[in-house]
Amino acid sequence: MAAGVDLALVLLVLTSLVLLGSSRIDAYIRIAAAQGALVGLLTVGLHTGDLAPRAAALAVISLVVKAGILPWLLRRAMREAHVRREVEPYVGYALSVLAGVLALGFAVWLGARLPMPRPAASPLIVPVALFLFLVGLFLIVSRRKALTQVLGYLVLENGIFVFGAAFALEEPMIVELGVLLDALVAVFVMGITISHINREFDSIDTAHLSELREWNP
Amino acid sequence: MIAALLLVPTAAGIAALAIRPHRARRALLVASAATHALLTVLCWKHRPAPALDGWLLLDAPGMLFLSITSALFLAASVYAVGYLAREEPGRHRDFQERVLFTNEPEAVFTGCLLFFLAAMTLVATSQHFGLLWVAVEATTLASAPLIYFHRHHRSLEATWKYLLICSVGIALALLGNFFLAVAASGRAGEARTPLVLSALMLHTGELHAPWLRAAFLCFLVGYGTKMGLAPLHAWLPDAHSESPSVVSALLSGALLNCAFLGILRAQQVCAAAGMADFGRGLLVIFGLASMLVAAVFVLGQKDFKRMLAYSSVEHMGVLALGVGLGGSGVFGAALHAVNHSLSKAMLFLVAGNILAAYRTKAIGEVRGVVKVLPASGALWIAGVLAIGGSPPFGPFMSELTILQGALAQGRYGIAAAYVALLVLIFIGMAGAALRMAQGAPPDGVLARAAARESPWAIWPPAALGLAVLLLGLWVPRAASAALHEVATALGGS
Repeated sequence: MAAGVDLALVLLVLTSLVLLGSSRIDAYIRIAAAQGALVGLLTVGLHTGDLAPRAAALAVISLVVKAGILPWLLRRAMREAHVRREVEPYVGYALSVLAGVLALGFAVWLGARLPMPRPAASPLIVPVALFLFLVGLFLIVSRRKALTQVLGYLVLENGIFVFGAAFALEEPMIVELGVLLDALVAVFVMGITISHINREFDSIDTAHLSELREWNP
Repeated sequence: MIAALLLVPTAAGIAALAIRPHRARRALLVASAATHALLTVLCWKHRPAPALDGWLLLDAPGMLFLSITSALFLAASVYAVGYLAREEPGRHRDFQERVLFTNEPEAVFTGCLLFFLAAMTLVATSQHFGLLWVAVEATTLASAPLIYFHRHHRSLEATWKYLLICSVGIALALLGNFFLAVAASGRAGEARTPLVLSALMLHTGELHAPWLRAAFLCFLVGYGTKMGLAPLHAWLPDAHSESPSVVSALLSGALLNCAFLGILRAQQVCAAAGMADFGRGLLVIFGLASMLVAAVFVLGQKDFKRMLAYSSVEHMGVLALGVGLGGSGVFGAALHAVNHSLSKAMLFLVAGNILAAYRTKAIGEVRGVVKVLPASGALWIAGVLAIGGSPPFGPFMSELTILQGALAQGRYGIAAAYVALLVLIFIGMAGAALRMAQGAPPDGVLARAAARESPWAIWPPAALGLAVLLLGLWVPRAASAALHEVATALGGS
C-alpha cells in the first residue's frame, strides 16, 4: 500500500510539471482528470483501518467529480469557446517548468521542517500537497485564458485535498465535502462566467478584462 | 429559532425564483427581510437554543454581526423595490461607453439577494469552523450573480476578479481548517478535539501550537482576502463600483463584516491558547496597511463609488487595528463595525441616487447635488461627515475609543499614524463630496432628477443615517452591554 501511495504522489508531481510545460488545453483537461483520479485513489491508499469505508466513499465521490463531471464541463466550455491553446502566457513554458522545479525544492525543504503531531503515511505527502498548491497558484497568475486559470485553481484544490485526505479525515465529513462542493461549484459558476466572457468578447482571454483600474485622465 | 432565521430567506429565495409577477416578488423580498429582522429582534430578547449539536449557536459576536446584517438587509430590500422598479426590462445604453446591455432577470437577482442573506446568517451563527467556511463560500457564490446584474463587460470583469480572487482566498481558509484539524488532532493516543469553537477553547492545552499558528495565518490571509484587507483587496474596488448600489451597500456593510468574523473566530481560539499577541500583532500590521492603501487611493480619486470602496478598505483596517490593539480598542472596534456598516450602506444607497440622476460615476462631472436632489444631497454630506469621523455621528465615538485604546497602552507611534491617516482620508473624501454637492448642476440633469427622489430611494438611507446619528449621541444601555460582551469574548475589555 505504501508503495502505491508513493507512486500516486510521484505521478501527481510529474503530471503537474507536464501541465506547466504544455500549451494545449485539451491536454490540460486530461491531466486534470488524471490528477483527480490519482487523488481519489490516494485517499483509499492512505486509510486502511476504521476510516477505510469513509475513505472509499470519499474516493468514489472524488473520482466522479474530479475525473468525470469537471473534465466534462471543462471540455464543453472549451468547445463552446472555440479555444484550443493557451496563447502567450505571462510566463513562458520553459520558465514555468523551471519555476515548478524550484517550487518542488521549496516544498520538500518546507515539508521536512514542519513538525507533524502524528507520523504521516508517507513522508512525501506534505511536500506534494504544498507543491500542488504552489503550482496551482502559479498557473492562476501566469496564464491568460480563463479556462487555464480554472484548471490552475483545480490543481491548487488538489493540493489542499491531498493534505486534508491525509490528515483531516477524522474530522466530520463536512470538511471533505467542502472541497468537492467548492471545486464543483467554483468551476460551474466560473464556467457560466466563461461563456459570458466569450459571448461578450468572442474569446476567453482574460487580458481583455483589464479595464477596471485607477483612472488615468 | 436559528433554524427559522436560516430557513426564511432560503425558502423565500427559492420562491422568488419561481414567482412571475414583479410586484409579488418585490413584496416577498421586503416581507422576508422584515421577518428576518423581527426574528433577530426576538433573538435579542431570548438567546436561542443551540442547534445541531452546538454547531449553530448565537454568541455575542455572532449576535452583533447578525443584527448588522439583518438591519442593513431590511433597508436594502426597501431600497431595492424602488431600484428594480426604475430599472425597466429590455436593453439599456451604458452611460459610460454607450454599449447596449441587458439586466439579469429580476427573479434571479431577488433570489440571489435572499440566498445571500441566508449565507450571511449562517456565517453569523456557525460555531463549527468547517461550517463557517462553507457559509463564507456560499456568500461568494450567492453574491457573484448580484455583482453581474448589469450584463456588460465591466461588471463581468469585476465578477470574474471577485470569483477568482475570493476563491483562492477561500481555498487558503480551507487549508487553515485542515491545519486547525491537525492542531486539534492530539498527540498519539490522545482524543481529538472537534472543530467547534467552544470545544477548541476548552481544550487549548491539547492544541499543537505551531499548527495553530499556521492555521491562524491561513485564516487571516484567506478570510482577509474576502474582507478586503490590503494588500489582498484587489477585487474590492471593482466589485463595489460595478455592482448595483444596493448590492454595494450589502457587500460593504454586511459581507466584509462576515469575513472579519471568520478571522475573529480564529483569533478567539489563539487567544484562549495563550497566543493572543501573535494574532494581534498581525492584525495591527494589516490594519495600518489597509488604512495606508486606502489613503493613497482615496486622495485624488476620480470615481465616487470607488472612493466609497476604498473607504471600506480603510474601515476594515480600523476594525483590524482595534481588535489588534486589544483592551478598550476591541470595544471600539465592535462599535465601529456597527457605525461603519450603517454609514457606508447609507452612502452607497445615496450614491445610487446620484448615479441615477447624473448618469456618471466621475466626481468631476457631478455638481450641485443639493440643488438637483435636495434630500439625497443632504444625506450625502451627512454620510461623508459621519464616515470621516466627525462629531456628532457614531464613527467619531468609536474611532475615538480605538485611539484611547492605543494611547492607554502607550503605543504612540500607532496612535499617531492612525490619526494622521484618518485625517488624510477625511480631507480627501470631504473635499470630493463637497465639490459634488455644491456648484451649478450640468444641463439636463434637473429635468431627469424629479422622479429620482422617490420615497423608496430616500427613506432607507435616511433611516440608516438617523441610526448613525443616534449612536453618536447615545448608545442604548442594552447595546452597550452587548458590545462589552463582544469585546470580552474577543479578548478586550
